[in-house]
Amino acid sequence: MSLKDNLIFKRLGEKAILIEWNSEVQPSLIDEITSFKNEILDKKIDQIQDFIIGYTSLVIKYKEEIIGFSDEISALQKIYSEKEEVKKETKFIWEIPVCYHVDFGFDLPEMSKQLNISIDELIDIHSTTLYTVHFIGFLPGFLYLGGLNAKLFIQRKATPLLKVPKGAVAIGGKQTGIYPEESAGGWQIIGKTPINFFNVNKTIPCFAKAGDKICFKSITKEEFISLAQSISEGSYELHKTEWHA
Amino acid sequence: MLKVLHPGFFSTIQDQGRCGYAHYGVPTSGAMDLYAHQLANAILNNNQKASTIEITFGGAKFEFLKRTQISITGAGFNPKINGNSIETNKRITVNVGDVLSFGKREYGLRTYLAVLNGFEVDIVLGSKSFYKGITAQNVLRKGDEIPFFESDEGSYETHARININSLHFTSPILNCYKGPEFDLLSLKQRKKLLETDFKISANNSRMGYFLEETIENNFPAMLSSGIVPGTVQLTPSGKLIVLMRDCQVTGGYPRVLQLTSQAINQLAQKTTKDILIFFFS
Repeated sequence: MSLKDNLIFKRLGEKAILIEWNSEVQPSLIDEITSFKNEILDKKIDQIQDFIIGYTSLVIKYKEEIIGFSDEISALQKIYSEKEEVKKETKFIWEIPVCYHVDFGFDLPEMSKQLNISIDELIDIHSTTLYTVHFIGFLPGFLYLGGLNAKLFIQRKATPLLKVPKGAVAIGGKQTGIYPEESAGGWQIIGKTPINFFNVNKTIPCFAKAGDKICFKSITKEEFISLAQSISEGSYELHKTEWHA
Repeated sequence: MLKVLHPGFFSTIQDQGRCGYAHYGVPTSGAMDLYAHQLANAILNNNQKASTIEITFGGAKFEFLKRTQISITGAGFNPKINGNSIETNKRITVNVGDVLSFGKREYGLRTYLAVLNGFEVDIVLGSKSFYKGITAQNVLRKGDEIPFFESDEGSYETHARININSLHFTSPILNCYKGPEFDLLSLKQRKKLLETDFKISANNSRMGYFLEETIENNFPAMLSSGIVPGTVQLTPSGKLIVLMRDCQVTGGYPRVLQLTSQAINQLAQKTTKDILIFFFS
């Protein structure tokens, strides 16, 4: 059965509709969800004001109460069935410099013991994997990344840290991610990036989008310091390459 | 300008919220009791995009550095100007040097202060609503001076006062819809969810309200999916969280109920130890 035949529409209160794909989490599903979202955006429907992308779902938020719920669903189904197979959208691989020095990755020694692999091996695995951006959630600019190597799966901390520093790169359960701002969090910290993942002064506040890829490049502490300097001066351009499936 | 002499327990600037950025992980924010916020603006004939000050738990004190008109709606904290009690839900003229203070709690939790044409603060990603990491400031502090728009219309006096249904503050009944995962609940779980008098725990904020009572939870882990203000999640411990305006955009707990817009406004006026009952409208 194709992804198209497996849509479930549910009401999420008066002003939102939840659409669920009955499917496994997979990169091709991200294209399906984002292309549907973009197709709806193209129609410029005045009542629709926000979208939330999940692993296998899309929430559409409306300005006002949805009066004819079933009519609205029929209209959305029509848009979905008439949309191009997958709308072409340029996707990028973003190279994120990360310093895995224990000063930043302060949970590395404990993780190395728990996972029974050396710190170097842990860093090597983490920085040679290509990750897929499933969606952005939790915090502004927090990317939900898929693709973590199973060797690095590790339990979250029993007691979350009250202050995980901005830029911390971490692993929690089967996921890896970057804290875009200082926040409470229970993930194990393995490094830090000087890159800003969220900028309120830009029309598009986060450079990455669902369907893009992320790779991590290991840098030294000295490189981290000089990079952080260039970023604060606005002279740093993030390295990206176009990505085709 | 409005000078903050004392910010009280927690005061922020809010409007109707931030829209169009949820897929970047940006919360909706906006006034917790949107009804009271909109009423405060309506009394002054303000544009509906005008911002108000949301004052949680009273205690705040402000000085007006410019003549204007104001309205106060929402929770009752016995507001006074220069020590004299003033009426709420009504247009009131204030003069340069007037001091507005909030005192003892009578009802509700969150009060809204509107000025003619709203406060002139930065619009960030389409909204003036304070949120940590989005706006430069996330809470009002002592000594802040908040500009408001100059009024070009002649201010007028009025004796009209709007009467608010007190059930908005006192009724424990919160109307709701089934959440996306409601149908996964057993009959026993549904009965508990709809027949329990839930008590609000001390852990309640603009992000969400944790409730005290527990419901047996045997759900397997769920894939993160969209959540919105008013979503009621069943956490692994069996405790419920009712998400509010500053909630995250995605979550991984079953969404068992979804409050109506009105019920979110009602809950915004409740606090620790208050009782609530979920009811299908």
